[in-house]
Amino acid sequence: MCGAKAGGPDLAGVDVANETIIQGSVTRDGEPVNGYVRLLDASGEFTAEVPTSATGQFRFFAAEGQWTVRALVPGATVDRKVVASKGALTEVPIAV
Amino acid sequence: MSRSDVLVDADWVQAHLDDPKVVIVEVDEDTAAYDKNHIRNAVRIDWKKDLQDPVRRDFVDQAGFEALLSAKGIANDDTVVLYGGNNNWFASYAFWYFKLYGHQDVRLLDGGRKKWELDSRDLVDGAEVPNRPATEYRAQAQNTALRAFRDDVVNAIGAKNLVDVRSPDEFSGRLLAPAHLPQEQSQRPGHVPTARNIPWSKNANDDGTFKSDEELRALYAAEGVDLSKETIAYCRIGERSALTWFVLHQLLGQENVKNYDGSWTEYGSLVGVPIELGAN
Repeated sequence: MCGAKAGGPDLAGVDVANETIIQGSVTRDGEPVNGYVRLLDASGEFTAEVPTSATGQFRFFAAEGQWTVRALVPGATVDRKVVASKGALTEVPIAV
Repeated sequence: MSRSDVLVDADWVQAHLDDPKVVIVEVDEDTAAYDKNHIRNAVRIDWKKDLQDPVRRDFVDQAGFEALLSAKGIANDDTVVLYGGNNNWFASYAFWYFKLYGHQDVRLLDGGRKKWELDSRDLVDGAEVPNRPATEYRAQAQNTALRAFRDDVVNAIGAKNLVDVRSPDEFSGRLLAPAHLPQEQSQRPGHVPTARNIPWSKNANDDGTFKSDEELRALYAAEGVDLSKETIAYCRIGERSALTWFVLHQLLGQENVKNYDGSWTEYGSLVGVPIELGAN
């Protein structure tokens, strides 16, 4: 792999206006990290989890409101709180 | 039956990678994950292509399951160890499916692919595929004591335990699918009246391993599920509820638990059945 890409995965074919998208990338010293990202709702309950792509990216189709994005990678767990809204991309860069 | 009969840890799998009577099988939601890399000597079962009838919405029949396992080189007396991504969602689904067709010795790798990766254990390149000679696998007739159908669910309203294992937002009707999938379904949101929302994730730790039997018993007791009654678990398409079925039936030894594989994509599309909205 040739380094991390900024932001979330390619949006081609995604109906951005009608989805509530939370996306981003997980990096360590600027390089993508292979691991998992889970989405927790406002009460801290698990909602979804995805593996990061080869370039460290992830995406969720959520609903409006407050969420926690949790990166799980070998040796580290990192949380980021976000507020998502419909039609707008919520970008979450996570450095571990 | 005990936990160790149906659940093995990564060290156990590591020690049995070359055991000819142990077949490691990867089953993933992302059916291409195996092509990237996998545990050495693991074979793949594709839950979409291999386990579903190509035309009707149903499973492959007994003869189809026999043909599949024969082609994969799995014998009736082999120990099958299933693992996959998404905290073993589809590996649990395959486990339930193997039990439905009567495979004797099938186990889950605790934590699945995620735990294996978070431990930084070795995976081999996707092109490195084991060569297992074909077998003549014989399946049993489907054991429908493990499988609930739509009428079972309608009749269970207010009478049996209904456990909805989806996320709270899917249960309440706020989302129609897990949040890593586009929200495009057309059926009605909500849940089966009288169902308790106990998300599958409450059964597992962050690393995907199952919680202890004591923690699991305490979870269902605290949620008011009387395990002496019959229980039907459901989710959206039956894979997350297969994980809860595994917990209740295999780990906690509750015999009268069924998985409803039609789940919300069927129930939420039925005409005239009762639906409830809102949180637990």
